[in-house]
Amino acid sequence: MPVANDLPDAEATLEVLVERMRGAVAHDAAFVGIYSGGAWLAERLPALIPGDHPVGFIDVSFYRDDYSSKGLKGTGRRTSIPFDVNGATIVLVDDVLYTGRSVRAAINELFDFGRPGRIELAVLVDRGGRELPIEPTYCGARLTVAQGLSIELSRDGDRLALAVERAR
Amino acid sequence: MRNPQLNARGELTHLLTLEGLPIDVIRNILDTAAQFVSIGEREVKKVPLLRGNAVFNLFFENSTRTRTTFEIAAKRLSADVINLNIGVSSTNKGETLLDTIDNLVAMDADVFVVRHAQSGAPHLIAQHLAQVGRSHVHVVNAGDGRHAHPTQGLLDLYTIRHYKKDFHGLTVAIVGDVLHSRVARSLIHGLTTLGTSEVRVIGPRTLLPTAAETLGVRVYHDMREGLRGCDAIVMLRLQNERMNGTLLPSAAEYFKHYGLTQEKLALARPDAIVMHPGPMNRGVEIDSPVADGERSVILPQVTFGIAVRMAVMSIVAGAR
Repeated sequence: MPVANDLPDAEATLEVLVERMRGAVAHDAAFVGIYSGGAWLAERLPALIPGDHPVGFIDVSFYRDDYSSKGLKGTGRRTSIPFDVNGATIVLVDDVLYTGRSVRAAINELFDFGRPGRIELAVLVDRGGRELPIEPTYCGARLTVAQGLSIELSRDGDRLALAVERAR
Repeated sequence: MRNPQLNARGELTHLLTLEGLPIDVIRNILDTAAQFVSIGEREVKKVPLLRGNAVFNLFFENSTRTRTTFEIAAKRLSADVINLNIGVSSTNKGETLLDTIDNLVAMDADVFVVRHAQSGAPHLIAQHLAQVGRSHVHVVNAGDGRHAHPTQGLLDLYTIRHYKKDFHGLTVAIVGDVLHSRVARSLIHGLTTLGTSEVRVIGPRTLLPTAAETLGVRVYHDMREGLRGCDAIVMLRLQNERMNGTLLPSAAEYFKHYGLTQEKLALARPDAIVMHPGPMNRGVEIDSPVADGERSVILPQVTFGIAVRMAVMSIVAGAR
């Protein structure tokens, strides 16, 4: 249930993010999206950023740090990294950067596939509130959102939209 | 009364049987297993979920395959695995089952994987753990008596879903010694919960339970008739001790009537899959050309079994 309407337009924010990545991202960098919002973004990026960019997806269920308190919630989504991670430049892609814990989990998972040459982080929205020393390399927009609220990316057809919801 | 397998929040905390397990719980296990299948395809086949957890394999009855796949599954979850071959250990010295359990709990066990010749033994252990205030210790039934073998049932369900996508519209036949088979019982409960259109059991009268229809299955004594239109065929192992007992004339006679041959398989749908929980008796319940043929998914079953057991252990160990 949306409780605020002053969020930026997701498509316009994606344009800003792409503008910041263009020219800065390595020509052969791989885009690895964190499910689910990051995966939608990672799918779109190769068409928007010049170069030859393989795409992969990560579901961090098995690497989360809250397993012992929250248990396992199966998603049915599979991590898929269809390129050699060793030595690769990888841009992790996520929709909303908050505590940084999902990114930590994703980095750990990537290392189970090999030793990347370099990992960068691209996020659509950075809402602050970090609990780990993790910062984005590329960011579409910075927002201030009260604790207890979560920003959710949704997809209707190909169109992305942002909404604020009460955190579950 | 609450389902003894679920905690107060409705999460799976023990896996004892598929009978009466809510459909959402079964689907969650299968979905999670699908995620774990991809781990098996990686170079590093390990995830850190159960780091620091101790999984005790308690096999009061022999089994190589089930114990090994549970061990591999637990190791891929980064758990510490302790295998106890109870047949040659303390029970021979007179220790009771529950004393054994209390001792292992004192060694900080987190998960017990239990195989026992007595139906209900895993349930008894789960009940005992709750009574002594140790409900954070989880029990997974790896086969109890003639009662249930839920992880085998789940891996069969996973295999069918993998090849056939949906249970609606499917006809599944289970062939052989259904009477003594905990595998068959678990699979039947799982298939009916997931809405399989038709479940058939095929076998001689002496090896089918009386009133099998009450399980929601159709009963066939003529294998050719029973195989017609089937999408999946599950062959059961004929235990050695039944081959020459009072229930059957001989293994050769059994093969003639209930052994799966290419010729009988041709009566099922052209894309029907052939399954077997293993170990197989070639030339008794299944003919070699079928077991090794292109419709056989017997070896993928084994691989899926690891992922299914990873899913079950990580779900129950995560329940509070």
